Amino acid sequence: MKSDRTLLIALMLPAAVVFIAFFLLPLANLFRIGGTGKMGWAAYGAVLTEPRYLSSLLATVALAAATTVATLFISGVAGVFLSRNRFRGRAVLTALLTLPLAFPGVVIGFMVIMLAGRQGLIPDITDALFGERLVFAYSMAGLFVGYLYFSIPRTILTVMAAAEKLDPRIEEAARSLGAGPLRVVRDVIVPALQPALLAAGAICFATAMGAFGTAFTLATKINVLPMVIYTEFTLQANVAMAAALSFVLGAITWAALALARTASGSSVAAAG
Amino acid sequence: MSARRRSPTFWALLAFTLAVCAFLIVPVWMSMLAGVTQNYFTGWRGGLTLGWVIKVWTDYRHTVFLSLKVALACLACTLLLGVPAAYVLARRSSALARAIEELLVMPVAVPGLATALALIVTYGGFGDVRRSWGFILIGHVLFTLPFMVRSVLAVLASIDLKTLEEGARSLGASFTQRFFGVVLPNCRSGIVAGSLMVVTLSLGEFNMTLLLHTPLTPTLPVGLADAYASLRIEVGSAYTLIFFVIIIPLLVALQWASRPRDPNATS
Repeated sequence: MKSDRTLLIALMLPAAVVFIAFFLLPLANLFRIGGTGKMGWAAYGAVLTEPRYLSSLLATVALAAATTVATLFISGVAGVFLSRNRFRGRAVLTALLTLPLAFPGVVIGFMVIMLAGRQGLIPDITDALFGERLVFAYSMAGLFVGYLYFSIPRTILTVMAAAEKLDPRIEEAARSLGAGPLRVVRDVIVPALQPALLAAGAICFATAMGAFGTAFTLATKINVLPMVIYTEFTLQANVAMAAALSFVLGAITWAALALARTASGSSVAAAG
Repeated sequence: MSARRRSPTFWALLAFTLAVCAFLIVPVWMSMLAGVTQNYFTGWRGGLTLGWVIKVWTDYRHTVFLSLKVALACLACTLLLGVPAAYVLARRSSALARAIEELLVMPVAVPGLATALALIVTYGGFGDVRRSWGFILIGHVLFTLPFMVRSVLAVLASIDLKTLEEGARSLGASFTQRFFGVVLPNCRSGIVAGSLMVVTLSLGEFNMTLLLHTPLTPTLPVGLADAYASLRIEVGSAYTLIFFVIIIPLLVALQWASRPRDPNATS
C-alpha cells in the first residue's frame, strides 16, 4: 500500500507542477504587480474610488445580472418543456438548442451582427414593419443579446438534466389538490430546480462578467470591465492597473461561483 | 403523454422553444449563406460563389493550421496530465483530493484575460517563449485541463474502480498492467468526451489567446476577430463558414459522446 501512495503522488505530480508553475505562481505575481503602479496598493481600491472604473464595474455587474435573469427564465421554460413533453422532432430541437454550446465569443459577436447589425435581420424586419432600421448590435444591448446566445445552450442542458430527475407525481399531487399551473411552477417546479438554477445562474454571471470576445467584436468602446482592462494593458501600457483590475475581476467571478457552490451544495464550474 | 390531446399551453410553450431555437440557429444559417453569396446586399438571388471562401483560405489558412496544431498539442498535454490526475482523484476521497479538484477548476472560474496577463507579466520576458506558439499552448492547457479531469473523473466515479483493480491485482497484475488494462479501457467514454471538449474549446479560445498571441502566431479566432473588424461582411462570413465546418462536426460528436450526462456539472 505504501508504494501505491508513492505511485499516486507520482501520477498527480505532472499536473500539479504545471498548475503551480503556470497558474498559481503567475497569479500571485499578478497580485504583486498590481501594487507596483503609480497608485501603489491603492490600485486595488481604484475600482471603487475612481469614477471611471466604478462606472464600468457597475455596468458590467448590471449586464451580467440581467443576462443571468433572462437566461434562467428562457432556459428554464424551454428546458422544463423539453424534458416534460415527448413529441416528434424533440431530439432534433434539443440538439439544435445545444449546438452553439462552445461557440467562441468572437463568433457570437458576429452572430449578433447578423441579427442586429447594420445589415442585420432585425433592422430589415423593423424597416419593413415600421419604416425604421433598429440597429442595436454595437452597444450594451447587443452585448446582452450575445451573452444570452452564449448562456442559453449550456443552461438548457443543466435545467433538462435536473428536470429529468424530478418526480412528476409531486406535480400531479399539487394539481389534484387544486393548484393552478402557475402555482405548480412557483411552488413545486422552481423550488425543486433551485440548486440547478443557482449553479447555472452563477456560471452565466461569471462568464458574462469575464468574457470579452463578444465585446471585442461588437465595439471596443462598450464600457465593460474586461474591455477597460484590455485598453489599460494595450493602449495605455498601464500594466499595474490592468493587473489590479483583472485580479479584482477574477476575484469577483471566482467568488460568485464559490458562493453558488456552497449554496447549491454541488460543484460548479464555468465554461467557455 | 403523446396519445393525449395537446393543451393550448403545450402549443404556447412549443412556440416559445421554437423561437429560442430560431434565435440560436437563424444567425448561423445567415452567416453561412452570406459566406457564399456574391454580394450580401443583393442576397443569394444575386448568385452564389465560393470566391470568398477561397480568398479567406488563401489569406488566412495559416491561422487554421496553427489552431489545429495548438488544439492537438493541447489534447496531448491534457491527456498526459489530466487522465492520471483524474485517476488519483478517483482513488482518493480525502479532503486534500477534493481541494486539489477545486483548485484545478480555478482557471475556468478566473477570466482568461486575468490568466493571460498573469502569464505575460511572469513569463513574457523569458527569451523566445513569448514569441512561440508554446505560450498560447500553456494558456489553452490551463483552461482545458479541468474539462478533461472532470470528464474522466465522472466516469471513474460511476464504476466500482476499487473492486475491478483488486480483482486484477489478486490475479497478479502489476500497476502498469492494471492502469492500461483495466483503468483506461473503463474510462474510455470519459476520455472521448473530454478530448472532444478540449479540442473544441482550444479551437475557439479567444479571451486568453488575444493577449498571448503575437503577430507571428495568430490563431483562427484571432484571425476571425481581425476579419470582422476590418474586412467586408462576405469575407467575415466565409471565414466563419470555414470555422463552422471544423467546429460543428466536433460539437455534434460531443453531443453524441456526452448524451446521457450533463457536460456542465458533475455532482
